Amino acid sequence: MNTLPATSYLNDPKGLKSWLLTKDHKRIGVMYLIAILFFFVLGGAIALIMRLELFRPGQQFMDAKTYNQLFTLHGAIMVFLFIIPSIPAAIGNFVIPLQIGAKDVAFPRLNLASWYIYVLGALFCVYSLISGAADTGWTFYTPYSVTTSTSVISMTIGAFILGFSSIFTGLNFIVTVHKLRAPGMTWFNMPLFIWGMYATAIIQVLATPVLAITLLMLVLERAVGIGIFDPAMGGDPVLFQHFFWFYSHPAVYIMILPGMAIISELIPAFAHKRIFGYRAIAYSSVGLALLSFIVWGHHMFTSGQSELAAVVFSFLTFSVGIPSAVKVFNWMSTLYRGSISFNTPMLYALAFLFLFTIGGLTGIFLGALSIDIHLHDTYFVVAHFHYVMMGGTVIALLGALHYWWPKIWGRMYNEFWAKISFALIFVGFNATFLPQFVMGAQGMPRRYFNYLDQYQPYHAFSSVGALILGLGFLIMIFYLTHAARKGRPAGDNPWGALTMEWFTTSPPPHHNFNEEPKVTHGPYDYDQVLAPITIESEYSRVKR
Amino acid sequence: MDTTASYFLPPQSSTIAPEVDALFYFILYMSVAFMIIIYGGVGYLAWKYRRRGEQKLTDPLDQNHGLEIAWTVIPSLLVVAIFAWGFKTYMTMNVVPRNAIEVKVTAQMWFWSFDYPSGANTVGELVAPVDQPIKLLMSSQDVLHSFYVPDFRVKMDVIPNRYTVLWFEATRVGEYNLFCTEYCGKGHSEMLGKVKVLSDADYRKWLESQGDDPSIPLPELGAKLFKSRACVTCHTTDGSKGTGPSFKGIFGKLAGVAAAPNQVVDENYIRESILNPQAKIVAGFDPVMPTYQGILKDRQIDAMVAYIKSLQ
Repeated sequence: MNTLPATSYLNDPKGLKSWLLTKDHKRIGVMYLIAILFFFVLGGAIALIMRLELFRPGQQFMDAKTYNQLFTLHGAIMVFLFIIPSIPAAIGNFVIPLQIGAKDVAFPRLNLASWYIYVLGALFCVYSLISGAADTGWTFYTPYSVTTSTSVISMTIGAFILGFSSIFTGLNFIVTVHKLRAPGMTWFNMPLFIWGMYATAIIQVLATPVLAITLLMLVLERAVGIGIFDPAMGGDPVLFQHFFWFYSHPAVYIMILPGMAIISELIPAFAHKRIFGYRAIAYSSVGLALLSFIVWGHHMFTSGQSELAAVVFSFLTFSVGIPSAVKVFNWMSTLYRGSISFNTPMLYALAFLFLFTIGGLTGIFLGALSIDIHLHDTYFVVAHFHYVMMGGTVIALLGALHYWWPKIWGRMYNEFWAKISFALIFVGFNATFLPQFVMGAQGMPRRYFNYLDQYQPYHAFSSVGALILGLGFLIMIFYLTHAARKGRPAGDNPWGALTMEWFTTSPPPHHNFNEEPKVTHGPYDYDQVLAPITIESEYSRVKR
Repeated sequence: MDTTASYFLPPQSSTIAPEVDALFYFILYMSVAFMIIIYGGVGYLAWKYRRRGEQKLTDPLDQNHGLEIAWTVIPSLLVVAIFAWGFKTYMTMNVVPRNAIEVKVTAQMWFWSFDYPSGANTVGELVAPVDQPIKLLMSSQDVLHSFYVPDFRVKMDVIPNRYTVLWFEATRVGEYNLFCTEYCGKGHSEMLGKVKVLSDADYRKWLESQGDDPSIPLPELGAKLFKSRACVTCHTTDGSKGTGPSFKGIFGKLAGVAAAPNQVVDENYIRESILNPQAKIVAGFDPVMPTYQGILKDRQIDAMVAYIKSLQ
């Protein structure tokens, strides 16, 4: 039977003040985790309300304006308050220093500052929510965002402030990875999670300032009418779209690269197998980060941008498909001759392969110019990005939560309820979003409060799926919070994994490692090192 | 049953629709092939190499250059082919045939209006002859909109202070849905229209019949305009609240304008509200109605007044 260490980062030092003023990356990670999960639940609840409204055409229980405000809030909350900070700021903060054998990140104070900046930005967004919530869509397209009477300014200032917390996190990770790796951990000895987070950090630092500038210009446009985006004053509303997507397309990779980084950990850890094509996966992360900067125009094929621009952006867009495909094939090949266990994190990793494949392949439809003209701004696009963002990033995050939950709290969750919840989420997700591909291809536009009768069966199906999905998450909230307080102690290494965070106590001590960490084996040397599994299960027996 | 409609795509009713659909189905079948490879591969490997109760060291294998080159090069060739195919159709979509009839499209919150070369104009319904290229020269009076006819596979944003262009050639007589696909505020999902495709003879007949029949009584003409000029998007005639106030029983009553509490709904107030809608907004409603200056002629405004009077 495992026991918890007497002191760990969780109780040393004690007291609320020691948490609020902490410079410990693990505590900051946990504080971020609580914040982002709060907003995930809020954004999810809003989505569920919208799906209920859309069950039938016409008005059910809210008017068009409220609906428009809700889809704006859902998008803004999920993008700016949840998914962008989710894996980097919560999971990355907790795991990166542990995985590279460091005591903390390079700039612990900056790290704490980023959390407070996040909270400040969140307050602005919440203020917008209660003071006539913005109804522009999370994309804030001009001129509508300049003319609407709702509180656009507080929402954009909120997103502007949140950008800085993202920049701080990215900056911190870049320096941490460069300077604080334990002796013996060379670049190509790093876990692939670190490679993925490093690539993400590059985008965070380089792209986020463009969003800040864009949102600031929008605020000025609204507040004092400077006319950058106003055609009557020589401005151009399409220019806003260029600015916006110059950030927001790379931001898609701020969202998905960390998801891919997690999958690159989960699959070898549960297949107990060397990862296939280590360098290909590492390089493809950096490659995706760089390519992500030159494809923004594919959001604008029908915007009135020049035909030449559309053609160039279409071509470049397809180049993004290749590194993604390479990763999927590498993950699949890692299973070959492994010794695979199906604990909950692995189920999420396999679900990621399933869903991300659909997300990626439907991206090919949208990259093809002639087809995108038909599909742009329909539910096909909605389904596509939910398959990538939710089927990809959120599913990976859930895998990460289950994988590192015993490291964060030292305690294990109930595997039975975890699998029930997984099944509901997987089925519910597909039931929600698969019909949206079909109705989108049939012509159903997005951001529609009301719709023609012919689309009703798809909408109804999708709404039922959303309820199943919601139930799955509800169960998860219960067993995960229960596990954090009362779960059975998990031991140092409940999965028999080989990255460094599993070679310290669960939960880790304040300074991460009780002894100076030494790199004695690579992160995926499952052909050489057998790390005993510290928790009893059907997978933990060692060969007699 | 429409034979050109499929499970995934709406009926093909323009010249470019079959081209677009061919690529759609090519990618769909290719995707299914990849899904079979990936799902089959993952499922088979995960099951075959499942852990059977004991931990053990595993095979050191972690690369295979032949495989890695194959799964980089084959998808690359496929996407280049798809790019070229999409590009080719896109160019067809963007080069307007010389013999196209040009129709001016104006979008505003939340209806479409169309001006034809003959001087005729329609609201909410674009009338077009079959087998004849139509060029749409489009601009917006306010925010961004987007012109989308799923059955034609065409879409283009409509922008203030600038023209955008779209063309199509309908291949079949019939009525087709027109959607706005760029979010434009409260009435976005009500900004629906129709494209009515007529045979050449019917189209000519329709052009000649344009202009209002002076024999129609005013209230009846008003009832027609209420629908055809898109008043119905925001106003109701049964007393229920829409984006704008209902027309039922308002004539002769107080309008409820905050700045002018004594304003009664009379002939002049209705006329002003049609031509200069922002002047006296009824309390509780947003100032979002566009002006109908130039869209409704005097007799048509008279007809609207008569129609609202009749709704008691």
